[in-house]
Amino acid sequence: MGEIIKVGMADLNVCAAPDAITTLGLGSCIGIAIRDPITKIGGLAHIMLPDSKQIKNNSNLYKFADTGIDELIRLLLLKGASRQRLVAKIAGGAQMFAFQNKSDLVRVGERNAEACVEILKRLNIPLLAQDTGLNYGRTVVFYPETGDYKIKAVGKEETVI
Amino acid sequence: MSKFNLNEMSQTYYDVLKEIGNIGAGNATTALAQMLQCKVDMKVPQVKLLSFSEVGILMGGEEQLMAGIYLLVEGDIRGSIMFLLEYHSARSLVAKLMGMECEGTEFSEMEMSALKEIGNIITGAYLNSLSTLTGLTIYPSVPDLSIDMAGAILSVPAIEFGTLGDKLLLIQTQFTDEIDLDGYFMLIPDMESYDKILSSLGM
Repeated sequence: MGEIIKVGMADLNVCAAPDAITTLGLGSCIGIAIRDPITKIGGLAHIMLPDSKQIKNNSNLYKFADTGIDELIRLLLLKGASRQRLVAKIAGGAQMFAFQNKSDLVRVGERNAEACVEILKRLNIPLLAQDTGLNYGRTVVFYPETGDYKIKAVGKEETVI
Repeated sequence: MSKFNLNEMSQTYYDVLKEIGNIGAGNATTALAQMLQCKVDMKVPQVKLLSFSEVGILMGGEEQLMAGIYLLVEGDIRGSIMFLLEYHSARSLVAKLMGMECEGTEFSEMEMSALKEIGNIITGAYLNSLSTLTGLTIYPSVPDLSIDMAGAILSVPAIEFGTLGDKLLLIQTQFTDEIDLDGYFMLIPDMESYDKILSSLGM
């Protein structure tokens, strides 16, 4: 068994099998897991907002879907992953409070998920699986060895996508 | 261009928030004591400016089960407020309010409604102190409740703060005596409202 590396909010990291990567308590944020199935190098980014270009204070690259995914890919390639082989899975993007669509901020989970799907498509990285939306938090663990993306939620059965 | 930068917050603004926290917690203590009909005391609230990762640690880890009560704010100040407390504290508070032990591990419809009301009263106490201090009009929405992992609930205010900077500003209040609980309060005005708060105080 390898180590499990922890990624915080607005943070990312990469590892190689048998190590795994986790992030705890994803709410409206998204955990983007990307790996190269041959070298078994993988990484996880915990992004908070969809688009760095809409925010003035955007120096933290790990906070946004667009710059976060770019950084994640850059680090994966540095570690020896192949750009052509990369595949992705995403989880999170919940709407934690039920307010009826008052503002864009309330829908931020949904917007985060949409942004990730779009960016991955633009970068030609296949999105193999996705567990997003609804109204509960998720803890995720990503295993670059198998590509398994394990999802835990309060009062729910553990699932793997 | 807004005067406010969360990453370089001035000591004065910090002090203002502390004072709002103090008065707000005082009001909240009185309201809680009346509602629960028991003695409630409080410790001096602490105002903390934390990085996103530090907040989870403060509350006992990102996976700690918490109850979060969240309201939107309109009027002169726009934004949102959140009151967070640990799950077991929430349960014992509700039990005390309803005068009976909570059964099982899940909140009933009635208990959730009671918890929302507690959140409503506590956040109302803070908002009142802010409104009195600044002379600004503030209308809170109806409260909404989420019972989930600390990290997941915190993602909501963190994302709102995230549009301004990389830190999260919270007021930690300890209520003691016949009850014993740690409450976390977060006020998240939008960019223009920060300026309004500051200028209404002559800063």
